[in-house]
Amino acid sequence: MPDAQDPLEPVDPHQAVAPAGGYGGGFDLAAADAQILEGPAGRAQDGGPLAKPRSLWSDAWHDLRRNPIFIVSALIILFLLFIVIWPQAITTQDPLKANLAMSQAGPSAGHPFGFDNQGRDVYTRVVYGARASVSVGLCATIGVVLAGSALGALAGYFGGWWDAVLSRISDIFFGIPVILGGLVFLSVVTNSTIWPVVGFMVLLGWPQVARIARGSVITARQNDYVLAARALGAGDSRLLLRHIAPNAVAPVIVVGTIALGTYIALEATLSYLGVGLRPPTVSWGIDISDASNQIRNAPHMLLWPAGALSLTVLAFIMLGDAVRDALDPKLR
Amino acid sequence: MRNAMRVRCAVGAAAIAMAAAACGGGSDTSGSGGVVRASWGDPQNPLEPADTNEVQGGKVLDMVFRGLKKYNPKTAAAENMVAQSITSTDSQNFDIKLKPGWTFSNGEPVTADSFINAWNYDALLKNAQVNAPFFSYIDGYDKVHPDASGAKSSAQTLSGLTKVSDTEFTVRLNQKFSLFPDTLGYSAFYPLPKAFFSNHAAWLAKPIGNGPYEISSYTKGTGMNLVKWDGYKGPDPAVNKGVDLRVYTDSNTAYTDLQAGNLDLVDDVPAAQLRNVKGDLGNRYINEPAGIIQTLAFPLYNPRWSSAKAAELRQGLSMAINRPQITRQIFQNTRTPATDWTSPVLGAAGGFKAGLCNTECSFDPARAKQLIQQAGGLPGGSITISYNADTGSHKEWVDAVCNSINNALGNNKACVGAPVGTFADFRNKITNKQMANTFRAGWQMDYPLIQDFLQPQYFTGASSNDSHYSNPNFDKLVNQANAESSPAAAVRAYQDAERQLVQDMPAIPLWYQNGSAGYSANLSNVTLNPFSVPVYNEIKVA
Amino acid sequence: MGRYVIRRLLQMIPVFIGSTFLIFFMVYALGDPVAALFGDRAPDPATAAQIRRDLHLNDSLGEQYLIYMRNIFTGDFGTAFNGQAVTSLMGSAFPVTIRLTLVAVVFEVVIGIALGVVTGLRRGRPVDTGVLLLTLVVISVPTFVTGYVLQYIFGVRLRWTAPSVSPSAPVGELLLPGLVLALVSLAYVTRLTRTSIAENTRADYVRTAVAKGLPQRRVIVRHLLRNSLIPVVTFIGTDIGALMGGAIVTERIFNIHGVGFQLYQGILRNNAPTVVGFVTILVLVFLIANLLVDLLYAVLDPRIRYA
Repeated sequence: MPDAQDPLEPVDPHQAVAPAGGYGGGFDLAAADAQILEGPAGRAQDGGPLAKPRSLWSDAWHDLRRNPIFIVSALIILFLLFIVIWPQAITTQDPLKANLAMSQAGPSAGHPFGFDNQGRDVYTRVVYGARASVSVGLCATIGVVLAGSALGALAGYFGGWWDAVLSRISDIFFGIPVILGGLVFLSVVTNSTIWPVVGFMVLLGWPQVARIARGSVITARQNDYVLAARALGAGDSRLLLRHIAPNAVAPVIVVGTIALGTYIALEATLSYLGVGLRPPTVSWGIDISDASNQIRNAPHMLLWPAGALSLTVLAFIMLGDAVRDALDPKLR
Repeated sequence: MRNAMRVRCAVGAAAIAMAAAACGGGSDTSGSGGVVRASWGDPQNPLEPADTNEVQGGKVLDMVFRGLKKYNPKTAAAENMVAQSITSTDSQNFDIKLKPGWTFSNGEPVTADSFINAWNYDALLKNAQVNAPFFSYIDGYDKVHPDASGAKSSAQTLSGLTKVSDTEFTVRLNQKFSLFPDTLGYSAFYPLPKAFFSNHAAWLAKPIGNGPYEISSYTKGTGMNLVKWDGYKGPDPAVNKGVDLRVYTDSNTAYTDLQAGNLDLVDDVPAAQLRNVKGDLGNRYINEPAGIIQTLAFPLYNPRWSSAKAAELRQGLSMAINRPQITRQIFQNTRTPATDWTSPVLGAAGGFKAGLCNTECSFDPARAKQLIQQAGGLPGGSITISYNADTGSHKEWVDAVCNSINNALGNNKACVGAPVGTFADFRNKITNKQMANTFRAGWQMDYPLIQDFLQPQYFTGASSNDSHYSNPNFDKLVNQANAESSPAAAVRAYQDAERQLVQDMPAIPLWYQNGSAGYSANLSNVTLNPFSVPVYNEIKVA
Repeated sequence: MGRYVIRRLLQMIPVFIGSTFLIFFMVYALGDPVAALFGDRAPDPATAAQIRRDLHLNDSLGEQYLIYMRNIFTGDFGTAFNGQAVTSLMGSAFPVTIRLTLVAVVFEVVIGIALGVVTGLRRGRPVDTGVLLLTLVVISVPTFVTGYVLQYIFGVRLRWTAPSVSPSAPVGELLLPGLVLALVSLAYVTRLTRTSIAENTRADYVRTAVAKGLPQRRVIVRHLLRNSLIPVVTFIGTDIGALMGGAIVTERIFNIHGVGFQLYQGILRNNAPTVVGFVTILVLVFLIANLLVDLLYAVLDPRIRYA
C-alpha cells in the first residue's frame, strides 16, 4: 500500500478510521486473527514466493476482515438478520394487538416507543417490521444488482448489437410507471410470499443499475491494463470478471446500497395500492406511510420505524464502502 | 353515491413537525375584492347536468343552475324554485307550472321546453348520460333508453312529458311515486338553454345556466371563475361578488394554503388535520351532518354469506364494532355512530329514526362473539374488508373496524383489510359479483328523501344494491310507501321496510358522515348544505 | 459520430412501437374503465354498452391498438376520461413538468456534485459524516413528510413563498418543489460523486498533476472531476425521465398539475389514451437523454469513441 492518505490532503489522523483508512499494517490484532483462521498455509503479507498468488477477490476478502467499518456494519446486519428470524427474542408483545383507546399515546412503561394511530405498540411493530422490510429490501437489491450489472456489463463490454438491443429494452422498461406496473403485474398474483413483490422490483429496477454498470464498463474497458491483458490473449469472461468488474463495481455498489432503502419504502407504496405484501403484514414501510399522515400530532410514530430504516441503510452503505475499498486495486 | 368519488388526499397527507402550535390563523390580510377563493376538485365528467354524478361538478351546477325545486340549505326541505306548483291527484300524473320571469344568463327565457328538451336529451341512450336512470320513472323511458346492452332506442323523446304552455307541462310516470316532486331539486333535472343544443362544444367550454352565478372563465384542470349574475331574479341571489374555484389535487395542500392566507374556503378538511383544525382555525371550522352514510356491505350472492344463519353472523359482526370509539379516535367526531340506514339530515319528519337499529348496532363484544359462534363462526375462519385504495382514506377506519372485531373475537387475524388498487377495479368486482367478502359501501344522497337511502340500495335488483339483497317483504313495503298519497304515510311505510333490514342486516350501518369545512377570517356566514357543499351564495366577504 | 447518432435515432422507431404496444396492453389488462364512471351506482347496461362502443372497448386488443396508432398519425391522441383531448393535457402538463425537472436537475448537478467532491476529498471528516446522516434522513423519511415540512416552514410560517404553485408555475415558485423532488436523487448523485472522487484521487494522472505543481482547484476540476463524472452523468441521464414521470408526490404537495398527476389519473381511470400518450413521450425522453449521456462519455473520456 503506497500511502493511506488522500494525495490532495495533508496527513490527517482521521484517516486511520476513515473508510479508506490505512489498513496496511495498522490492525495487527485483526491481521493476527485472520492468519490464525487461515491456518498454517500461511499467506505471507504480499504474496511471498512460497504462497500461491491470491486472486483479487480473495485479496479483497483478506483486506475486508481487517476493516473496522466492515466489522461494525457486519455486526449491525447480523443483528438485523437475528430479529428477522427471531423477533420474539426481544419483544413479548403482539404487533397486531390494537387498543384504540391508546391511539397515538406517547411512551409509557412497557411501551418505550409509544403507540401508533390504531393503538398498537410501536416498539413491537418496529421489531416485527424488520422481517418483511429487510427481506424485501435485501432480496430486491441483490436481484437488481445481479441482473442489472450482468446485462449492463454485457452491453458495455460487447457494444454493437448487444448494446443496442439491451439498452433499448431498458429504455422501454424505464418508461413503465411503477404504479401501472404494480397494478398490472401484482394484482393477478395470489401468492402470499415476498417473491412476487421482489420479482416486480427487479423487473422495474434492473435498467438503472444496467445503465450505470454499462457506463462503468465502457470506461474500464479502455484502460491500459485491460488492453494489455487482451493483447496477452485473455478471454472475454476472464477480462470481464478479473480486470473490468473490480474497476467498474464501485458505482453499482453505491446505487445498490441506496436503492435498498428506496425498495423498503416502495414496498409500502405497493401495499397501499393493494398489490404489495398481504395484510396484516407488519413492515417499516407501511408504518412510515401511516405515520406520515400524523406527523403533526405524533412524530414518534415516524421516528422509530424511520430510524430503523436509517440504521439498515447505514449498515449497508458502510458495508458497500468497505467492499469497494477492498476491491480497489489502486489502494494496493 | 358520489361520496366515493370525492378526490381526497390519498396516502400521505399532512405534515409539519414544528407546530402543534396553532398557525397564526387570523392574519389573512390579502384583499380578495369581495370574491370567495375556494378549493375545488377537477370534475370527472363534462359539466352536463345529467352527466355529473360527483360532488365537484355538482357544486358548480348548483351555483350556475336553479331547478324546479331547491333543497333548503338548513332544513333539506324541497321548496319550489322555478316551479310555481307541482300537483297531482293520483301520485302518478303531475302537473308542473312555472313561475314567470326566469331567464338563462344569456337572456333566453326558461320555459316548459327548457325542461322537456333537457330531460329528453338526458334520458336518450345515444347521449350516454350517467344520470339517465333518474328519468326511469317517467313514462316512455324504456323506449328512449332500453335496458339491455346493445339495444337501440325506439323513440327519441319521453312520451310521459307533455307541454301545455310555455309555463306549464305535465309528467306521467310509469308507476305511482308520491315523493317524485321532491326529487326534482336534483341537478339531473335542471333545465337547459337552446345554446346547449345548438353549440354543444361552446356550451361545455363555458356552461350557461339560470342560477345566481355565471361562469366568467373556465380552465379545465386548473380552476373556474364565477361572478355574480346581476340579472338573477330568483329569491337567493349571491351576496358576494363571485367565487374563484381553484383545483387542488390534495386537500391537504388546500388546507395549507388556507393557513397561509392564499385561500378563503376549504370544504374538505383532510383527515390528517382533523386533530389540529380546532387549534388552527378556532370557530372558523364547520362540522355539520351531511346526507352521507357509510356501511359495510356483504356479497349475499356468495354461499359464505347466504346461509340461513348468515344474518345472525352479520348482526354479530355489527355488534363487534365499537363505533363510538372509532368515530372519536379515528374521525375526531366528524362521523356519528349510525343506528339506522338513513341520515340525520332527513330530520324526524323526513324519516330519520335514531335507534331504529338499536341492540344490533350497539357495541357488545360478548354478545357479538356469542352470535358469531352460534352462526358457526366466521366463514372460512376469517374475513376481509375490501376497499379501494386510490381515493378517500379508508385504510385507517377499515383497520380500526377489523381491530375492533378481532378484539371482540380474541383473534388478531380474524379480520384484515383488503385494499383494491383502483376504484374502477373495486367497482368492477362489485358489479360483476366477484366479491367473496365484506366490502365498504358509502351512500351520498341524491336528494333528501328516505326513499333515496333505501330503494336504490336494498330494493331487489336496484341500481346500487351492491349486496344483491332481496326480500319480498321489504320490496312490498317500499312499493306500498311509494304509492302512499301523503308523505307522512310514505315515510312510515319506509320505516317499516327499514325494520326488515335490522333482521336481515344486508349491510352494517357504521356511521353518518359530517361535512367539514374551514374558512379564513375574510369570510362570514359560511354554512354547509345537507349535501356537505358550502352555500356559496350566502357567504359574505369582508 | 454522425452515423452513430443517426443509428441511435433510427432505433427510436422500434422502441416507439414496442413501448406503445406494451403500455397499451398493460392498460388494457387493468380492466374495464366504464363501471367506475357511474360512481357507486351499478352502470345501466345500455349506457355502459354505448360508452364501450364509443371507446372501441368491444374490439380486440389488436384492433384497439391499430385504431389508436392510426389516430396518432393524424395527430389525434384520443380523449381523457373527463372529455379533454390528451394533446391538450400534454400541452398543459409537459411545460410545467419540464421546468420542474430542470430545476431539480440543476439542484442535483450543483448541490449533489459539490457535496460529492467535498465529501470525497474529506472522507471520514465531520462534513462527510454530516452528509451521510442527511443522506439517511432523505432515504428514510418519505418525500411527502419532507415536502410538507418545508412547505409549512417556508409557506405558512415564514411566508417566503406561497405553499402551492400557481397555474402558470414560474421558475421562482418551482425552487422549493424542485428541491423536494431532487432530494432522493441528490443522495445518489452525492454518493456516486464521492466514490468516484475517492477512487480517482489515487489515480496516476492525478498524482502526476499534483506532482507537476498544478493548483489544487485546477487538478480537481480538470483532472479529478472530469474523470469521475461518468457514473454521475449516467445516473442523471436515467433520472431525467424518472423525475418527469414520477413526481406524483411532489406535484400533489405543491398542487402542480403536471405529468405525474395526469399519468396517475389516467392509470387510476384505466384511460389508455392518456397513459400511452404520456408514457410514449417519457420513453422518448429516456432515449434522448441516454443518447446525450453516451455522447458525453466521449467528451469526458476521450478514449471512448463511437463509430
